[in-house]
Amino acid sequence: MLDETMLLTDLRAGKDAAFEELVRSYGPRLLSVARRFMKNDEDAQDVLQDSFISAFRSLGRFEGQSKLSTWLHRIVVNASLMKIRSQKRRPETSIEELLPQFLEDGHHVDMPSPWKSNPHEELESSETRTLVQESIGKLPESYRTVLLLRDIEGLDTEETAKMLGISSNAAKIRLHRARLALREVLDPHMRGDA
Amino acid sequence: MTCQDLADFLMDYIEGALPQTQRDEFDSHLGACPPCIEYMKSYEETIRMGKTLCDQPDAPIPDDVPEKLIRAILSARAKSAS
Ligand SMILES: [Zn+2]
Repeated sequence: MLDETMLLTDLRAGKDAAFEELVRSYGPRLLSVARRFMKNDEDAQDVLQDSFISAFRSLGRFEGQSKLSTWLHRIVVNASLMKIRSQKRRPETSIEELLPQFLEDGHHVDMPSPWKSNPHEELESSETRTLVQESIGKLPESYRTVLLLRDIEGLDTEETAKMLGISSNAAKIRLHRARLALREVLDPHMRGDA
Repeated sequence: MTCQDLADFLMDYIEGALPQTQRDEFDSHLGACPPCIEYMKSYEETIRMGKTLCDQPDAPIPDDVPEKLIRAILSARAKSAS
């Protein structure tokens, strides 16, 4: 078990070994956070590098009120969002195309049918994780990021809105649409064969 | 309330943010429309599936950081410190 207080003291004293320990112990988990945001591994690695460098620089400002791991996690999320913003937008599907379709009388065009029941272990299987990851990847960027921040990273609406520079109401609407769209993308894979 | 309205208000319903009258309409629609019950269940399942992507204490071993990247990070620090 890593002793954060001791590590922090050594980091502040500028000990090389402490920096190496920081990168080696927190790196893997942080890289997987970056991989959730970035669509390719090279970008995720860039984000990790940027994040550590910015963490090294601002160590002096780290107050120790939150855990070191929480603080680093936040830096990686921020660096990921910055990287996404800086990237040229590829033409992407509009959210409208992914939303559920309704008839004029308000009925579903495609009648919802039950999903396979998923036991906990199955949900955690790597197959399911890959399916979810790929499905989230199909959402338009501005919806994908809201969903990642709210449902996957677990931020609240307020924090999400702040990080994206949008109103909380806009964040709420985007989240709901992102979930509806994700449901549609998952639907063909999840329908029970009954 | 139509099935479309129900989809629109789903998030507020689940979060308990709907005013009572709308909540009652929602409930009576659900009582009469099995497909919407399935729709709501799959919406909740969608949220649950997203959450499985997040690190959990019993999650599989996190990704390896390539040694080259670790070296690059540490040498970037050495450079900026000097
Ligand atoms: Zn209905």
